[in-house]
Amino acid sequence: MNFTGTSQSSLLRPDAACSARDGDARPQQTPQVKLQAVDLNFYYGAFQALRDVSLTVHANRVTSFIGPSGCGKSTFLRTLNRMYETVPRTRAEGQVLLDGENIFEMEVAWLRRRVGMVFQRSNPFPKSIFDNVAYGLRINGTKRKSVVSEAVEESLQRAALWTEVKDKLHASAYDLSGGQQQRLCIARALAVNPEILLLDEPCSALDPIATAKIEELLFDLKKQCTIAIVTHNMQQAARVADYTGFFLLGQLVEFDETPVIFQRPSRKETEDYVTGRFG
Amino acid sequence: MPNLWQRRKVVNVAMLSLTAVFTVATIGILLFILGYLFWNGARSLNWNFFTKLPVPVGETGGGMANAIVGSAKVLALATLIGVPIGFLGGVYLSEFGGKSFSSVVRYMTDLLNGVPSIVIGIFAYALIVLRMKHFSAFAGGFALGIMMIPIALRSTEEFLHSVPVALREGAMALGASKSQAILTVVIPAAVRGIVSGIMLDLARVAGETAPLLFTALSNQFWSPGWNHPVATLPVFIFTYAISPYPDWHQQAWAAGFVLLTLVLVVNVIARLFLSKGFSHAPR
Repeated sequence: MNFTGTSQSSLLRPDAACSARDGDARPQQTPQVKLQAVDLNFYYGAFQALRDVSLTVHANRVTSFIGPSGCGKSTFLRTLNRMYETVPRTRAEGQVLLDGENIFEMEVAWLRRRVGMVFQRSNPFPKSIFDNVAYGLRINGTKRKSVVSEAVEESLQRAALWTEVKDKLHASAYDLSGGQQQRLCIARALAVNPEILLLDEPCSALDPIATAKIEELLFDLKKQCTIAIVTHNMQQAARVADYTGFFLLGQLVEFDETPVIFQRPSRKETEDYVTGRFG
Repeated sequence: MPNLWQRRKVVNVAMLSLTAVFTVATIGILLFILGYLFWNGARSLNWNFFTKLPVPVGETGGGMANAIVGSAKVLALATLIGVPIGFLGGVYLSEFGGKSFSSVVRYMTDLLNGVPSIVIGIFAYALIVLRMKHFSAFAGGFALGIMMIPIALRSTEEFLHSVPVALREGAMALGASKSQAILTVVIPAAVRGIVSGIMLDLARVAGETAPLLFTALSNQFWSPGWNHPVATLPVFIFTYAISPYPDWHQQAWAAGFVLLTLVLVVNVIARLFLSKGFSHAPR
C-alpha cells in the first residue's frame, strides 16, 4: 500500500507549491524551501514507525502535522532535530536536508541550535526564569552579561511573556502558570535564534485561553523563523498552519496547503479523518 | 446474619488494637532509648567533656575532647573516600550504564551494603594496618569510607533517576551535550536529594564501632596527623562502658548522648533540606 500519491508531488517542487491565493496575512511571493525530507524511514528496534516520508517545509511558514495517535507525526518531528537519538535502538534512514545540507551528517549540537524544539508538556528547568532563557546561550559559550540579559529580554518579548515576568526574572520558573511555563519554554528555544522551531503538541496540556495566546504567538514568530507543529487538534491546525500533512500508520497520506487538506482533500483517508469519521 | 456481623466486628476491633499496640511499642522503644540516654547522659555532661583529655581512673574532671576531634577526623576522611566513589558511580549507573550492567552493579552494591561492618574492619585491618604495622586514623577512615560507598551510590542514582526525562530532553534540544545536560540541569535538579542522602549516610557510619576497634583503635591523648591510633566516640563508649569504674560509666553515658544528638541533628537537617528541596523540584 502506497499512500504517497500525486497530491504531494507538486509540493516537492517549491516553485509550484504556493499558487495564487487570497490569504491576507500571507506574503505573495514564492516561499523558499527550508527543510526537505526525502524517503525518510524510521525504526524503533524492529518496528518501523515511518515509511518513505517525503515532504518540504517552507521558510517563514507554519507547517502542521496531524493524524491519529501513534501515526508517526511526533516521531517525524523528532527526527528533524535528531531528538530520537536519546532513545536507545532507534534508527533513521533516508535524508533530511536543512538548507540543502543533510542533517544526519551534521554535528548534532549545531543542528539542535538551528532547529529548536518545544515539547508537549512544558519542561522549564528548576532554575530562575532568567536562567531558563539564558541556558541555551550559556552552554553555547555566550558569557558576557550584557549580551545574555539583552537576549533574555528580547526572547521573552518575542514569546509575549516579558510584561508578565519582567519584575520577577529571578523567581523560580515553577512559580509560573502552565501557559506561562510553555511560553517560557518557547522563549528559551528562541534565545539561541533557531531557524526552525518544532512544536510537539505544545497546547495539549493548556486551557483555551493559554492556547489562543500561543497560537497568536505563532503568527508573529513565523516572520522570523520557520515553524513545524504537531497537533491533535484539527481546528488548531486549520487556524495556524499554512501547510498541513496528514499521517496514518507511519505514512504521509497527504500533504498540501491547509485549506486544501481541510476542504477538498484528494485522499479518502484524509477526508475521513478531517471530517471526524475516525481518529 | 447478625451472628457473622458480630464476629466480624470483634475480629476487627481485636486486630486494630493489636496493630495499634505494636505501633506504640515501636515508638515507645525509641522514646525509651532517647529518654534513658538523655537522663543519664545529660547529667554526666559538662564543659570539661568537650575540652579536656581523658584522665586516669580516680581523678575527676576529664573529658573526651580528643575522641570528638578524632571522630570528626575519621568521618571527614571517610566522606573524602566514600562520597566521590559513590557519587560518581551513581552518576554513571543512572546516566550512562547499560541496563544489564547497571543491574549487576546495583546488586553487588546492595551486597556490599549488607557486608557486616566487622568484616569490613578485618578487610581494612589486613589491607592497611598489617602493612603499615600500626593502627591509624587513616585505616579507620578507610574502613568507614568503604561502608559509605553503597548508600552514597544508591541515593545518588535514585535521585538522579527521579529527574524527569523531559528536563534532559529540554537541555539537549538546546544543543547541550549529554554531559553538559547532566552537569548543568540533571545534577542541580537532584542536588538536594543527593546531599541529604549523603548526610544520612554519614550519620549512619558515625556510630560504627566494630570496624574502628581494629583500625583506628583508640588513644588517650591527642593524635597528630593521620598515621597514629586515634580516639573516636563509639570506641570510647565501648571501652568506658565495659570498664568496672562508675566514673567511666558516667563518661560513656555522656559520650553516647553526644553521639546520638549529633546523629539526630544531622538526620533532621537532612530531612529539612530534602523537604525544602521539593518545593523547587520539578512537578
